[in-house]
Amino acid sequence: MNTETIKKEKNTSAKTEHISGAEAIIKCLIAEGVDILYGYPGGAIMPVYDELFKYQGKIHHVLTRHEQGAAHAAQGYARISGRVGVAMATSGPGATNLITGIADAQIDSTPIVCITGQVPSHLLGTDAFQETDIVGISTPVTKWNAQVTKAADIPEVMAKAFYIAKSGRPGPVLVDITKDAQFEEFDFKYEKCTAVRSYNPVPKTDINAVKAAAKLINNAKKPMIVWGQGVILGKAEAELKAVVEKSGVPAAWTILGASALPTSHPLNIGMVGMHGNYAPNKLTNECDVLIAIGMRFDDRVTGSLDTYAKQAKVIHFDIDPAEINKNVKADVAVLGNSKESLALLLSELNTNKHEAWHQEFKDLYAIEYESVIKDDILPEKEGLTMGEVLKEINTHSNGDAAIVSDVGQHQMIACRYAEFNHSKSNITSGGLGTMGFALPAAIGAKMAEPHREVVAIIGDGGYQMNIQELGTIFQQKAAVKIVVLNNEFLGMVRQWQQLFFDKRYASTEMTNPDFVTIAKGYYIDAKRVTKREELADAVKEMMASKSSYFLEVCVEKEDNVFPMIPSGASVSEVRLS
Amino acid sequence: MSQEIKTFTISVYTENNIGLLNRISAIFQRRHINIESLTTSQSEIKNVNRFVIVVKITEEQAIKLVGQIEKQVEAIRAYYHTNEETIFTESCMFKIKSDLLFDEPQIQNIIKESDSRIVTVNKEFFVLEKTGRRFEIEALREKFEVYGIMQFVRSGRIAVTKDEMKVSEILEAFKNQ
Ligand SMILES: Cc1ncc(C[n+]2csc(CCOP(=O)(O)OP(=O)(O)O)c2C)c(N)n1
Repeated sequence: MNTETIKKEKNTSAKTEHISGAEAIIKCLIAEGVDILYGYPGGAIMPVYDELFKYQGKIHHVLTRHEQGAAHAAQGYARISGRVGVAMATSGPGATNLITGIADAQIDSTPIVCITGQVPSHLLGTDAFQETDIVGISTPVTKWNAQVTKAADIPEVMAKAFYIAKSGRPGPVLVDITKDAQFEEFDFKYEKCTAVRSYNPVPKTDINAVKAAAKLINNAKKPMIVWGQGVILGKAEAELKAVVEKSGVPAAWTILGASALPTSHPLNIGMVGMHGNYAPNKLTNECDVLIAIGMRFDDRVTGSLDTYAKQAKVIHFDIDPAEINKNVKADVAVLGNSKESLALLLSELNTNKHEAWHQEFKDLYAIEYESVIKDDILPEKEGLTMGEVLKEINTHSNGDAAIVSDVGQHQMIACRYAEFNHSKSNITSGGLGTMGFALPAAIGAKMAEPHREVVAIIGDGGYQMNIQELGTIFQQKAAVKIVVLNNEFLGMVRQWQQLFFDKRYASTEMTNPDFVTIAKGYYIDAKRVTKREELADAVKEMMASKSSYFLEVCVEKEDNVFPMIPSGASVSEVRLS
Repeated sequence: MSQEIKTFTISVYTENNIGLLNRISAIFQRRHINIESLTTSQSEIKNVNRFVIVVKITEEQAIKLVGQIEKQVEAIRAYYHTNEETIFTESCMFKIKSDLLFDEPQIQNIIKESDSRIVTVNKEFFVLEKTGRRFEIEALREKFEVYGIMQFVRSGRIAVTKDEMKVSEILEAFKNQ
């Protein structure tokens, strides 16, 4: 390691101890404030587990039932708390099982550190038992990764790992540590990393760019904000609220930006994107200034780029210079941390109200309400809808719960209808769309913030992708509320088959097991609801429960999620049916 | 911005760490951009590596690539330049039967005119090294081809830029930070 390339916190009180690499890893984690980590043992990581045994009470290791569960639990932990999540696995299959979670964390900018054991260094490259090139495999899906073959390198690499994972635009880091390095003894001393020479996590905000942005906003007749997770990651919720209120600009959110501004805020105009709200999608193509804050113009947000907001001047606030002009050309780009740049913007903004313009959003909302929302949340047909389940959850959560959704129709319904009073409350796999995310992520979220109500909303398909984590819930007594919206289909794919493949339902129908019995097998209280009359009481009972609870709601089998922007279409072609 | 496909030389200053080559080449692979040539070496700064990557792309693509490369934690800075903005060269080697030196008088003239250098000669073969632009190297290769080439190899482009790339300043600023 070339120590000129990083800066460390001066820690004069840190004393040097002669310990093993394995013990050093635990001490690094504790020094970084890690209270919980998720993982699964195996040969190449056993020395570290042996130390975990000795450090019980100082750091809590959660045995998940699959390494993918460990990675997603670490993500859930990070997403609800803003702290770095940690997952650990053995070499070979243990390490490869982490990859989906790592890829998910990469695309959703989630700070996690994954530690993998590796075969002893003299066996590297020999196709040894459970050897896999996890550094090679994880390179395209990590913010940074490194292999350690000498104990003496552990403190610096770990310090760098935590610093890189959480600074700037956060992301996953993987540290692969050979077994011999875990056994080796050395003089350990830990100093946190404070800077890396080749890495500029937070570009400086240019006040002139802020002024140019403010000028455009102050002169705009029909401005619109679309914010993303950058607001949450930058802890800029208060600044966003102040900007919105002072400027009077209607503000919409991407799926990952949800909850940064309460859903009840009068200027919150809903979600953009494929299944977002009608008004913000339609009016994206009518606004005169589009203010993008900490979002990356994902294709699920923009639809066809050729017809996306062409009439508007675009202002793009982002911490990552590579996002500027990547998908949508910015007329004004403001680099930097959202908290700082929004604070600077605030002082340049005129107080304004855009009542007539705001009314256009309300009018379109009324149309969406009549043709979609009413039937979703107050259905008159016989079958239960996903929307009414969400409405019932809102009634009991009062908007205070964190909603962890999986991927599919139920996810879109959850994000559309869940009410949020607090930031970091919508935990979902946005960029990667990873089925199987919700159950383990909910465990991580609940354990990170035990005082918060955590409700997982999952489809019958995605539930079965990581259903084994019920074992973790049971063992850890994690009071997660699990709602499976069972339509006996891979609903979202079935919807596409219906709309775009002439109803040829190839392999989307599911014959499901008795989910209530399965939950009960894990000693989790469980109930199934098949009729509307039973729903309110069942949700009430679940929400009142102090422990984990499983609720299956058998919903209408062939309901579709609308509004919808068919893929490749323009945001203004958003369909209501 | 011009959508014309041009040759760009991308210069990347990086920390000297294994794995970076993978990280950087993956950025090209993922976007289906063919790397015409890639050379890495020590740079003018101690412990700092320099990648010289040649690609045929649009300027818009070049800007995005440089953004993605700089995003890598261990990449210090990346730049893109057109041919006109760089001084560049390639080098090549020919291994040719020594008999030809005597049997084919033309060969001696070709060597003389080619501004190349004989690296070694023995009874069986001689090795010629030439540095220059691609078209010069190609012209020479075509001339020898008539007589037969035992081995030919050409390096990737190496290039320095006419304008400054202020990497030392960045590193200096870090030191004093
Ligand atoms: C790991 C993974 N495999 C496949 C997909 C593709 N996919 C997206 S949504 C979906 C259906 C999800 O079905 P279910 O979990 O029952 O939820 P529903 O849509 O019915 O609410 C599938 C298969 C995916 N997103 N993730």
